[in-house]
Amino acid sequence: MNFLRSYLIPRLIQYFLVIFVGVTAVFIIPRLLPSDPVVRTISELRSRGSYLDPASIDNMVAELTEMYGLEGSAFDQYIAFWQRLFHGDFGVSFFQFPTPVMELIGNALPWTLGLLLITTAIAWTVGILLGGVAGYFNRAGWSRALDTAAMIVRPMPYYLFAFALLILFGYIFPLFPVAGGSDIGRQPSFRWSYISDVLRHAFLPALSLILLGIAAWFQTMKLIVQNVNSEDFVQYAKFGGIKESRIVNRYVIRNGMLPQITALALLIGQIFSGALITEIVFSYPGLGSLLYNAITNGDYNLIMGITVISIVAITTAILILDLIYPLFDPRIRYS
Amino acid sequence: MNVLKDLFQDYKFKVSFIILLILIFYACLSFFSPYDTALWGEVPRDLPPSMEHPLGTDSRGIDIFWVGSFAVRNSLIIALIAGIISRMIAVPVAMIAGYNGGTIDRVLMFISDSFLVIPLFLIIILLAMLVRDSMNLVTLGLLLACFGWAWDARVIRSDILSLRERGFTQTAILSGTNTLSLVLKEYMPFVMPLVFATLINVMAWAIGLEVTLAILGLVNLDIPTLGTMLYWALSYQAVLLGYWWWVLTPVVLAVLLFISLYWLSVSISEYLDPRSRIQRVGA
Repeated sequence: MNFLRSYLIPRLIQYFLVIFVGVTAVFIIPRLLPSDPVVRTISELRSRGSYLDPASIDNMVAELTEMYGLEGSAFDQYIAFWQRLFHGDFGVSFFQFPTPVMELIGNALPWTLGLLLITTAIAWTVGILLGGVAGYFNRAGWSRALDTAAMIVRPMPYYLFAFALLILFGYIFPLFPVAGGSDIGRQPSFRWSYISDVLRHAFLPALSLILLGIAAWFQTMKLIVQNVNSEDFVQYAKFGGIKESRIVNRYVIRNGMLPQITALALLIGQIFSGALITEIVFSYPGLGSLLYNAITNGDYNLIMGITVISIVAITTAILILDLIYPLFDPRIRYS
Repeated sequence: MNVLKDLFQDYKFKVSFIILLILIFYACLSFFSPYDTALWGEVPRDLPPSMEHPLGTDSRGIDIFWVGSFAVRNSLIIALIAGIISRMIAVPVAMIAGYNGGTIDRVLMFISDSFLVIPLFLIIILLAMLVRDSMNLVTLGLLLACFGWAWDARVIRSDILSLRERGFTQTAILSGTNTLSLVLKEYMPFVMPLVFATLINVMAWAIGLEVTLAILGLVNLDIPTLGTMLYWALSYQAVLLGYWWWVLTPVVLAVLLFISLYWLSVSISEYLDPRSRIQRVGA
């Protein structure tokens, strides 16, 4: 009971408040646009050379107004916007005309989630282990060398780093495919040929996310462990003659891991944005490339759909991480 | 001046300071440019580097050495606008939240937490599309400033929280100093280095985001920046055609800028508090 009132309910209120604020922002921002999307869509069609007679223009205006959810006062539109959200309806996409936005997102989401989950898991684990060991032996030469490498990789923005890998392994040493999620025309199946094809295509985008991620987790973990090192219990364990491997694995890394779980919750939004950018560089068929197409085609329904889904997904991921935190840290019982 | 002397002990500070000075000098060269880099076809197209054109020319007939100096200058201007304006938000928010505590603190930190949690990149894209027609150095800088303060407000606030517990705060309050001058005169000198370190950090973030937005075509492509240079190189297929000097120039300039800003910021924050680094880099 105490747990509910003191932790869970405030946390849930915050969760819904963030979603509410985010979705409201997504609703308001495109409506600040000086140009009317309906007028713009029609003039764009015209500029592509299609002839439209006045009657069909009137029809189109009515239909587009409905499609963009622009009927009635701003408040009516806002209510209707939420109603549609609850039904998972973001209207139809403009650049792939009759396809519903939800279907496009549904096709892209598995690619992004797969890439994001696997790279984040690998980067987090490897970064923590390397950083933990390097932090414990922080006077060793290899530890310093790794630190310098991380200092160089870390400040690179996702875009440039992915781009550099693309040039290196796509053009100079053409080892991996440079675009797409699988070879064109291949049917998804559970055969090894398909799976290996997907893995080969995912290699470069994944590598760029993993390397950047490892550098970041490595650095913070090394700093944390250097601080844990000077704690009394570590000294005590050393004097007690406990094996070093046991001290590092069981005492030092385990203690240093906890703040990193919190950091993961805080940074997941940024990691997600980075994955979108990386997908754009490698034309990976996930949300990022969908977003890129939506931007270049001025497809507002699609951009709004992607943004809303991302906000909900990320805030939910953070909520889950927060709620399962006691599993990692037995000292916290939320009571 | 002692601070600077101490900082120069650190090789990271030395290296990054020198690189940054060279880049600023290069940016200043743009005032003496012999060509108008806004005009296409001023020089022959697609020339590799030579004595006359030290970094070659591009497919639009623009000298890459000189457009590069404009690009560094403009990217730095965007970064400075974003950095300084976002400090103007972050510092007051941090001071009010940290000093007052209570409900105000919780509300302000809720807002900054929301900024951290939401995938900002998407919101920035929506806003950038909104102001695309009136996009210039200032609007882009302001747009980035609106989103670059949240993390730093948190970092500075935790510093204020610890300052509030120090003895001199009690002394100042008991001797009748009013809150405003306490915060401005007594706390400001303590948080200034931290404000500076976060400023450099957010500048690097702004330059990186500018590159990303430019690649997506969401900035004014006629203004040379590191991002738009790369945009043009990519849209003319410079990688496939083998015009390495055209692609490499903005990439190398950007990498040098990122590393020097990052190392500068790390070195300052390590000097302030060796136990923690405050860097946040990414999209």
